[in-house]
Amino acid sequence: MLQDRDTIITAREVHKWYGNFHALKGIDMDVKRREVIVIFGPSGSGKSTFIRTINRLEEHQRGQIIVDGIELSHDVRNIEQIRMDTGMVFQQFNLFPHLTVMQNITLSPIQVRKWTKEKAEEIALQLLGRVGIPEQAHKYPGQLSGGQQQRVAIARALAMQPKIMLFDEPTSALDPEMIKEVLDVMVELAKSGMTMLVVTHEMGFARAVADRMFFFDQGQIVESGTPEEIFKEPKEERTKLFLSQILSH
Amino acid sequence: MTQANSVLPPLAERSGILRWLRKNLFGSWLDAALTIIGAIIIYWAIKGFLTWAFTVAEWEVISANMRLIMIGQYPLEQVGQLWIALGFLMFLTGNSLAIWARKSYFTTILLLASPALLALLPFGDDPRKWLIILSVTGVIGWGMGWSKPEALGRIVILGWVLSLPVFILLTRGFTPEDGIMPIVGTNLWGGLLLTFLLTVVGILFSFPLGVLLALGRRSELPVIRLASITYIELVRGVPLITILFMAQLMLPLFLPPNVTIDRVLRAMVGITLFSAAYLAENVRGGLQAIPKGQFEAAQALGLNGAQTMVFIILPQALRLIIPILVGQFIAVFKDTALVAIVGLFDLVGIAKTVLAQPDFLGLQREVYVFISLIYWVLSYGMSYLSQRLEEKLGVGKR
Repeated sequence: MLQDRDTIITAREVHKWYGNFHALKGIDMDVKRREVIVIFGPSGSGKSTFIRTINRLEEHQRGQIIVDGIELSHDVRNIEQIRMDTGMVFQQFNLFPHLTVMQNITLSPIQVRKWTKEKAEEIALQLLGRVGIPEQAHKYPGQLSGGQQQRVAIARALAMQPKIMLFDEPTSALDPEMIKEVLDVMVELAKSGMTMLVVTHEMGFARAVADRMFFFDQGQIVESGTPEEIFKEPKEERTKLFLSQILSH
Repeated sequence: MTQANSVLPPLAERSGILRWLRKNLFGSWLDAALTIIGAIIIYWAIKGFLTWAFTVAEWEVISANMRLIMIGQYPLEQVGQLWIALGFLMFLTGNSLAIWARKSYFTTILLLASPALLALLPFGDDPRKWLIILSVTGVIGWGMGWSKPEALGRIVILGWVLSLPVFILLTRGFTPEDGIMPIVGTNLWGGLLLTFLLTVVGILFSFPLGVLLALGRRSELPVIRLASITYIELVRGVPLITILFMAQLMLPLFLPPNVTIDRVLRAMVGITLFSAAYLAENVRGGLQAIPKGQFEAAQALGLNGAQTMVFIILPQALRLIIPILVGQFIAVFKDTALVAIVGLFDLVGIAKTVLAQPDFLGLQREVYVFISLIYWVLSYGMSYLSQRLEEKLGVGKR
C-alpha cells in the first residue's frame, strides 16, 4: 500500500522549478478523507502552484505525490484517473463561453465518464439546484454574473463526482457582493463531507469550516495547524505579520 | 401618455437633410472643396461608364456566348444533368434555410428567388425553364424543412456531405457512350462550372487539411511539428501559379509514361495544397487567441487532448476567425482564375476563347466587365452570408 486507508493525498518533498526560480521547496502534506484544508500566504508563495501539481496542471520535478492510492508519474493513465477523481475551480472561472451552462456541466460526464445525455442532464439539474441557480441552465456563461459563473464552475467540477475538490482562489476575481454566494456553496460542500483543498484569503471561511490551515511563504510551508492554533497563537513571526496584514482592514 | 408623446428629441436628431449635408460635407472651406471635387470625379466616372455600357458596348458577345461562359464546351445534350445537380443543391438550400435560419426571411427569399430573377435575363427559353424549376425546387425544399425540421435535420446534413460527390458524378456522367449519362471528359468542363468546382473542391479539402496543419504546428511531437512548419513555409513561399505550373508540367515528368492524372484534378490538388498552408496559419492565429484557462479547465475535467481540441478549443477558435476564413475562401475563388494560364477553360480561360472568335474581336471590355460582375456577385454573396452567419452565432454567446 502506498497510503493508509484514511489518507487521500500524500505529498512528499515536492519540488518545482520554473527555469531558475525555485517555486516549491520540498512540500510535505498529508490530507485525510473528508478534511477541509485552507492554504494561504503571500502572492508568489507557491500555494497555487502546489494545488495545481495535485491534478498535474503543473508537473513537479522532484518528490512524490500520491492521490487516492495512485502515484502521479508520467504514466498518462494515472494522470487521467486522478483528473477524473479531482475537481478544480479556478480564479477566473474558465467556463466554456461557446457552450450553455447545461453543456458546460454535462460535457465531461458524457465524454469521459460515458454517461448517457439523460443521466448527465438529470445530475446537472440537481447540481444547479444545489448551487442555487437551477433556472440558468440554458443560458450562456456570458449572460451570468461573476458569482453565478463561479457557482456553475463548482457544479461543473462536481458533476464528475470527484473525491477531491481543489479551489484556486475561487473568490479573488469576484465583486465583493458576490463573494458570499460562492462561499455559501463552498461551506455547504465542506459540511457535506467533501475533501477540499482551498487556496484563499477568506479567513471567515477558514474559521468556519477548515480542519487545518497551511501558511505558505517562498515555496515552503512555514506553519500549519487548526484554525484555532493559527488565529490565536501563531508560532512563526512571518505568519503573525501576514495575518495582521490581511486581517487589519 | 400625452406627456410622453410631447417630449421632443434633442435638437441634433431633428436636423433635416440640409443640416446633415452642412455638418458632414460642407463643414469648412476645405470640406466643401473636397466634396465638390469628389462629386465631379464620381459624376465623370459614372457618366463615362454608363455612356459606354448603353451606347457603345456590344453586349451580343455575352448573350451569344452565354452557354460557353457558364459551362464551356460541355455537351449540349447533357446539360440536363447539370440542372439536376443544381436542383439538388437548391433543394438542400431550401431545407437548410427552413431548418436552421427560420427567421432570416430576407436571406431566404433572396436565395430562393435568385434563379427566378436570373430567368429575367436574356438566357433563351430552355435555361429559363430550368431556372424557374430551380426556384420552385428550392421553395419545395423550404416547405418540407419548415413542416418537419426535427426529422429532416440529420438527413439534410447527410445530403450536404453527399452533395459534392453527387454534383461531380452528375457533371461527369457515369455510363458508357450509349447509356443514359455518358461520361463527359474534364477537358470539356469550363466556364463558371469549372470555376465553381475548382473553388468548392479547393475550399472543402483545404479546410480540414489546414486545421490539421495548424494543430500539427502546435504539436508536442517534434517530427509532426517540423513537418507541418516545413510544409506551411515552403508552400507560402511560392506563388500559386508556380504550383499550378509544376502540377501541369513537371508532375508528368516524374510519373511513369502510361500513368496520367487528369488535368482538372491536378489543378484541384494544387489549389487545395496551396490554400491549406494559408488556412493553417489563419487557424493557428485563432488557436493562439484562446486563453490558457480553457485548456486547463478541460484538462482538469479529465478531457484528453483530442476531446479538448474538438469540443473546447476548435469551436471557439474557428468562430473567432470566420471573417478571415471567408476572406480566404473568397481568395481561393478568385485565385482559381490562374488556371487559365495553364490552359484550363475556367471563366477567364473561356473569356479568352470567346474573344478569339472572329465575330467578337476587340470586345475585351464587354467580356471582362461581365465576368468581373460574376466574380463580384458571388464574392459579395459569400461575404454577405458569412456576416449573417456571424450574427447568428454571435448572439449572447460572449
